[in-house]
Amino acid sequence: MQNRFVTAAVAAIVASAGAAQAQTINVYNWSDYIAPDTIERFTEETGIEVNYDVFDSNDTLEARMLAGSSGFDVVVPTADFLQRQIAAGVYQPLNKDLLPNLEHMDPQLMELAANFDPGNEHSVIYLWGTTGIGYNVDAVAERMGDDYEVNTWDIIFDPEVAAQFEDCGIAWLDAPTELLPPALNYLGLDPNSTDPDDFEAAGELLNGVRDTVRYFHSSQYISDLANGEICLAVGWSGDVLQAADRAAEADAGVEVGYSIPNEGAHLWFDMLAIPADAPNPEAAHEFINFLMEPEIAADIVNYVMFPNANASSTEFIDEEVLNDPTIYPTEEAKEGFWTLRPYDSRTDRVVTRLWTRVRTGQ
Amino acid sequence: MSALTQNVLWRGTARVMGLVGIRGRTLVIAVPMLWLLLFFLVPFVVLGRISLAEPMIARPPYSPLWERGPDGSLQIIASLENYRFLLSDALYRNAYLSSIRIAVVSTVFALLIGYPIAYFIARSPEPRRSVLLLMVILPFWTSFLLRVYAWMGFLRREGVINNTLVGLGVIDEPLVLMQTDLAVYIGIVYTYLPFMILPLYANLVKLDSALLEAAGDLGASPMVTFFTVTLPLSLPGIVAGSMLVFIPAIGEYVIPALLGGPDTLMIGRVLWDEFFSSRDWPVASAVAIVMLFLVVAPIMWLQSVQNRRALD
Repeated sequence: MQNRFVTAAVAAIVASAGAAQAQTINVYNWSDYIAPDTIERFTEETGIEVNYDVFDSNDTLEARMLAGSSGFDVVVPTADFLQRQIAAGVYQPLNKDLLPNLEHMDPQLMELAANFDPGNEHSVIYLWGTTGIGYNVDAVAERMGDDYEVNTWDIIFDPEVAAQFEDCGIAWLDAPTELLPPALNYLGLDPNSTDPDDFEAAGELLNGVRDTVRYFHSSQYISDLANGEICLAVGWSGDVLQAADRAAEADAGVEVGYSIPNEGAHLWFDMLAIPADAPNPEAAHEFINFLMEPEIAADIVNYVMFPNANASSTEFIDEEVLNDPTIYPTEEAKEGFWTLRPYDSRTDRVVTRLWTRVRTGQ
Repeated sequence: MSALTQNVLWRGTARVMGLVGIRGRTLVIAVPMLWLLLFFLVPFVVLGRISLAEPMIARPPYSPLWERGPDGSLQIIASLENYRFLLSDALYRNAYLSSIRIAVVSTVFALLIGYPIAYFIARSPEPRRSVLLLMVILPFWTSFLLRVYAWMGFLRREGVINNTLVGLGVIDEPLVLMQTDLAVYIGIVYTYLPFMILPLYANLVKLDSALLEAAGDLGASPMVTFFTVTLPLSLPGIVAGSMLVFIPAIGEYVIPALLGGPDTLMIGRVLWDEFFSSRDWPVASAVAIVMLFLVVAPIMWLQSVQNRRALD
């Protein structure tokens, strides 16, 4: 009896010591935004366990970051959101000694990202991409004729064109910063404008076509495009391409295309950052460093079809991905791209109100 | 521990508390009071305080309640601006009204469907009742979220309902069922139906069958008996069931978010949007407080009606 008790006590002590050794980090990333085996390989290599959680809107991420004590060690905000979150003291500066793989990063792209995070002090580019239009190829041909090419925002913003797709379903991203700037741009205004008159004009444009929209959601459209539930979506490049992939795999007669409209599109960067109150910042650095391993970074691109900023990973990226202009835009297309500046508090409120009104039709 | 030591300990504690002036009665009341204080009053005060602040991009995302002025004096920053905003923007009024409408309609349908089921179970022979009750409760063993997703499978464009109807040749084009108000009604009635059935059953099963026989002997048809005897006697069950459906339905978030369209305005969803899309905690808090009053008011009214009836 005595003996068994001692054995049990020893076992308990050993177990708790083991638990203290096995480290855990909590990662909060966008949905459908990593290769299926990345986490597993990280744990194999480092022994660090990963709790992986997902979101589909910068607003949700920001709400949790500003609430504080989120418990996350690595998060992935888009650069314009990151900029104002840095100002609010949400992130800790990166310890670059712990990130030797930074040498693989493309200096030109990191320079662009430094516009949001001066000196790349707090963040590393994870992936980047564009916001464009995903479409069901057959549905477009059926309604607009075989020769019609989806290459302008008309199909979304022109009420007469959009109305033809109402019955088969249009989805918009539920994010004001993805619809308001293209609307401004479509009207010939500055996508970064904060002029109330410009907002009013853009709001009118959006309200004029909101009745054609089946729903506002930032991740649902991936599967819905793939299985033909909807036929147009304002969506993120890689997500639409994943939908195209899934549709091809299912082989149920649905073909999905992605278009970067000629008027221009939003070019964005999603950044890896460590919250100031991260429980395990060292392991978080290890995770970020791991994601910058050229082969790992290439695996992710091959799977999610968003480009990365890792120059050394290019040789491991599939040829068809590298040569796809919807993934890696041509220099010509890049000329029309815009990046966004973060809104200040007051403008932010105006924009979110405007968006609520568009979304609810009130 | 033996029963004797337990007994001694218990008496000892009781005596000590008696000396300090704490009686059993106080203690019994203290537990629910403490519960209410901790999980209702404290969060309510916190919400009330945030609802008087201004939103900021900071941590936490709202202005502090007080600030030191340049001369070191304490300045309190609080305003009813957010409540004024709720009143001035039609969105919130419409969202409250539409939540109430959806909750009322869902409750009525849950009652119309739930009453016959509860009645049937209550009139079934004893051994069969527990099986039938189990069938009502059984769906709860699956996650609520999964059951709502299952409905998405039914209602989708390529879903079970559309495929069946098109297959049978009833319709040519698939119906748009998802992202509609209809889908929200189906979801709410389906989810909360057991909350209607169980209190109704508990009430109906106690119904004295001698009363029904007496009504029959006095010449009342089954129809008349039902409306003059059964229905009035089951009123407490109807009220309890309706409250259990109405109150969660009015603040429902998951069902309208998953099944509803952009036009389905419900206050639970507006609240979520204020927190997570607009990141406007002060307005969100104001919305929550107003909603609380909207839900509490009918309960208080009901309570007072019941009290009056009890006195009569």
